[in-house]
Amino acid sequence: MGDYIVLAISCILVNNILLAQYLGNCPFLGTSKKMETAVGMAMAVVFVLVLAGVITWLLEAFILTPFKMEYLRTVAFILVIAALVQFVEMFLKKSIPALYAGLGIFLPLITTNCAVMGVCLINIKEEYTFMQALVASFAYAVGFGLALILFAGVRERILLARVPKPLQDTSIGLVTAGMLSLAFFAFKGMV
Amino acid sequence: MAKSITQEFVKGLWEEIPPFRLVLGLCPTLAVTKTIQDGIGMGVATTFVLVCSNVLVSALRNIIPSKVRIAAFIIIIATFVTVVELLMQAFTYPLFLSLGIFIPLIVVNCIVLGRAEAFASKNAIGHSLADGFGIGVGFTLALGALGAVREVFGSGTFWGAPIFGPSFEPFSFMIEAPGAFVCLGLMLCIMNLMGKK
Repeated sequence: MGDYIVLAISCILVNNILLAQYLGNCPFLGTSKKMETAVGMAMAVVFVLVLAGVITWLLEAFILTPFKMEYLRTVAFILVIAALVQFVEMFLKKSIPALYAGLGIFLPLITTNCAVMGVCLINIKEEYTFMQALVASFAYAVGFGLALILFAGVRERILLARVPKPLQDTSIGLVTAGMLSLAFFAFKGMV
Repeated sequence: MAKSITQEFVKGLWEEIPPFRLVLGLCPTLAVTKTIQDGIGMGVATTFVLVCSNVLVSALRNIIPSKVRIAAFIIIIATFVTVVELLMQAFTYPLFLSLGIFIPLIVVNCIVLGRAEAFASKNAIGHSLADGFGIGVGFTLALGALGAVREVFGSGTFWGAPIFGPSFEPFSFMIEAPGAFVCLGLMLCIMNLMGKK
């Protein structure tokens, strides 16, 4: 049990997917201008990432490895993720319309979110067991949400500040992300 | 739409250079630019995928039904990424190791899918090839430039060769994640200063 807690903390804070592993930066900058979109994106990612992490782990363990088809991993994983996103979208639309209305526009974007694909590949690369992969996927997703929501809060404040013209928008966003990343950098060596 | 093939190529080098003008494909930009070699290696791999997928998407643009086009594009891109991955594993093994999971992640690089959807699915093969090649070369230049800045300041070397004297203390902030973000943000700012219309 203790091992899982250490793993979770290291995935959320120390190896934060956005700020330390550089994955999923396009939605990070794209959806962080407003708090509502950031929260929507964070929830959508938690939902899809956990499912994708588990399914791709099973796919790797029970289909790709036994049949020696590891070279098809990239194609297989992206197909699973694309199909999963589509399926989740249809399922939510029919059964939980309220959640769908909240997540709706963010779900299709997740297909090309490298955080999802990245975590699936990390799970395989680190040779995690099933439980470890489950915990790691969830923790990475929580880390993604945490960083995104923190960043959206900072960015809403920046809107009120007077930023020099050439630095506006994405440029100041990246510099701010650098500062936030520096804060997360302090967690290094904790685990 | 009356642009010549040369114009389609040139626009990728300045007007629409990713990731500065088109803010897409940030993850590889930040992650693999610790050194120039890695940056350029990543750029070349992405260019290969971009050119091949643009040509194939353009050739098949009248056959693929528009409802399933995104899925079809992703399969095409994933195929070429697998090709690149196997080629790099065979011929440039050290680079393959240092780029790690970022090679399979070219699949989800939004530049590639973005060009397939926005350009290649609407234009002829020649133009799509020029567009893919131009954007790819622009991306390679951008990664090389960012890699050069980070390598020179972060490790005090250029293409692996030391350029400062032995007394140089590496500015290790540049090699780590925070340096990547700040450095890219400042380069974007310089691009904005230079390219004001």
